[in-house]
Amino acid sequence: MSELDAFRTEVREWLEANCPPEMREPVRDEDDICWGGRKWVFKNDAQKAWLEACVSKGYTVPDWPKAYGGAGLTPEQTKILKQEMKRIKARSPLDSFGIWMLGPALLKFGTEEQKVHYLNQIARGEIRWCQGYSEPGSGSDLVSLQTFGEDKGDHWVVNGSKIWTSYADKADWIFCLVRTDKANKYQGITFMLFDMESPGVTTKPILLISGNSPFCETFFDDVKVPKDQFVGEVNRGWDVAKYLLGHEREMISGGGAGGDMVSVGALFAKSLGLNAAGELDDPILRAEMAAFDTDVFAYRAMGERFMDMWKTGRAHPASSNMMKYVGTELNKRRHELVMAGGGSDALEWDSEESKGGARARSWLRTKANSIEGGTSEVMLNVIAKRILDLPGA
Amino acid sequence: MPLYHNDDQAMLKDSVAPFVAEQAPVSHLRHLRDSADATGFSRDLWAQFTEMGLPGMLVPEAHGGLGMGHMEAGIVLEEIGRNLTPSPFLSTSVGAVAALAKAGGTQAGRWLPAIASGEAIVALAIDEGAKHRPDRIATTATRAGNGFRLDGRKSFVLHGHVADMSIVAARTDGGITLFAVPKDARGLTADPRRLVDSSLASHVTLDGVEVDADAVIGEVDAGGAILDALLAATRTGAAAEMVGVGQGAMDMTVAYLKERKQFGRLIGEFQGLQHRAAHLYGEMEVARAAVMKAQQLLDEGSDGAKLMVSVAKAKAGRAANLAVREGVQMHGGIGMTDEYDIGLYMKRDRALAEYMGDVHYHIDQVARMNGY
Repeated sequence: MSELDAFRTEVREWLEANCPPEMREPVRDEDDICWGGRKWVFKNDAQKAWLEACVSKGYTVPDWPKAYGGAGLTPEQTKILKQEMKRIKARSPLDSFGIWMLGPALLKFGTEEQKVHYLNQIARGEIRWCQGYSEPGSGSDLVSLQTFGEDKGDHWVVNGSKIWTSYADKADWIFCLVRTDKANKYQGITFMLFDMESPGVTTKPILLISGNSPFCETFFDDVKVPKDQFVGEVNRGWDVAKYLLGHEREMISGGGAGGDMVSVGALFAKSLGLNAAGELDDPILRAEMAAFDTDVFAYRAMGERFMDMWKTGRAHPASSNMMKYVGTELNKRRHELVMAGGGSDALEWDSEESKGGARARSWLRTKANSIEGGTSEVMLNVIAKRILDLPGA
Repeated sequence: MPLYHNDDQAMLKDSVAPFVAEQAPVSHLRHLRDSADATGFSRDLWAQFTEMGLPGMLVPEAHGGLGMGHMEAGIVLEEIGRNLTPSPFLSTSVGAVAALAKAGGTQAGRWLPAIASGEAIVALAIDEGAKHRPDRIATTATRAGNGFRLDGRKSFVLHGHVADMSIVAARTDGGITLFAVPKDARGLTADPRRLVDSSLASHVTLDGVEVDADAVIGEVDAGGAILDALLAATRTGAAAEMVGVGQGAMDMTVAYLKERKQFGRLIGEFQGLQHRAAHLYGEMEVARAAVMKAQQLLDEGSDGAKLMVSVAKAKAGRAANLAVREGVQMHGGIGMTDEYDIGLYMKRDRALAEYMGDVHYHIDQVARMNGY
């Protein structure tokens, strides 16, 4: 038996012994997955036990080094762990912006002290982070951001506001892009870290077309940030931000990577009915669903190939932009078909049968997929410039 | 297995890509077309393929081949696609080999070594009408003497007029049976037609063709599984070739965007064209991944291969079609001229898209395999 086979056996046995049956049920509500942090209330004992078991093995962040709370797994081992978790339909033990975004930035740009301190907290689900990037006047043109940190010797005083701060009202700390040099556009931004309970920080949830408020406006009014709380170099936060956006795109696309996307046609075979030939009894909708499914299965292969190449340094550095573009456009298309398949039932907004308008709200939510983390149009700009090397892009 | 080429496969690509580009670039196709070549491909080039061992790549080593897989064959097919090289590789070295290797027995022992040595060209006589409908085969094989008598009509038989042997799918009492019909069989006629991409495909008539019992590939009535193997291999191979066609068209078009000037600047500076080119890039990458996944699953003998083969053929069909359409459009007026190669890409794509099931056929298969 090869080492990897032995590892698979070991993982399989460990999962069998440690993943509670409740944690193998499909995710229905947002709080079915633990997001961690000081304010997190475990939904049940199983959720807590599953997190603790994974923390003890380093499986919340399996490919991070052991010293930082990970399991130190190789890309091949990480893939096996994910495959085995998927096999038993195990829920993720912990999701967070700390794992997806800040963690990778700290691994690349952080000091040893920062890595030990922050990464272990993230791995254990103790601190929940939010991301302070976009501002009311700086969306796609992020680098024009105005939130300013005035140098006061041993600390900065930060003033300004951020928008689309996901779950700012639930987060403990923020990683935030702050202008520290007004004369230098790209090399005048610092990547700061600070506590959301600092005096002068306020958040206000934004009501979206889905009727939900996952995003906030966040205001900074004379917020004191100690001068040692930044990542990378002062005024070089744009480098960190760019690196991190790549990861965010990887996550947004990889989140699907098509892996969880089941056949949309199969989903509606029962409710819409089949004709005598065993075909979905709505021929044009069937054709559209089948064309979509074909694209999804192809994209799933792309997700696998992208991850295989990304983890081994074979992928074009800008290819995460392509993944993000294709993946989010597919997800929007999927929800259009789910609404079509659901008919008038899917229009219901708050009935019990509709689970509080779950389909309609999800459909509306997906419209943000191709806006957040870089719009589809910006993704296409980046592909044109960095991959196709087109002029003047 | 990771979904990228391993070192051996990368080496194969490094030797095949320059070989095909040097020996059989698009000008090779033009030369055959303009000299009204009646064979459909260059036998000299096939001899060069043979020196490199390519015709027998998928042939098991016991039969004199290299015993490689679909991932490797796909590498060759992509280069054939990129250079629009006329070649019997897909039908002979991929489709026929898949069927013969699956069946084993007398015909495998006879033909596999001949394919590996470059001596035999094999045609696939499957389709019977303008559209690919392998579940409606009407050609019949009835018992006669100690063999069979074949009657029917086949169409879209690439290389049918020059093939040393044709694999004929026919209906027998209890199912489908595949036959190895040699070129000199009495009652067998091939009427070659020049297609839009300058290739030659035959309408084949089987008028009381008598074959011995040992002409059966595999077992009588049990040809369904062998036909499935033939179709899966050929469809995946056609998809790989389309990835090459699409990539070739895209590369040519992106290069053109960087040299053509209008309104005082390079047309590649216009965002309207940049976004379309970037979108095409994404579609081509996804198609390539789907084709590689199908190759991998076929090589592993996985149950999931059939679904992925249809996904690959459909997705490669869509992506390559987008590449050639955008290619002609973005080249503007010169894209409509015979002098420029981009139009040749559009023609080859059209023929490959139709071969062994078009986009619509395979999308329909995806729905069926998912229970709707």
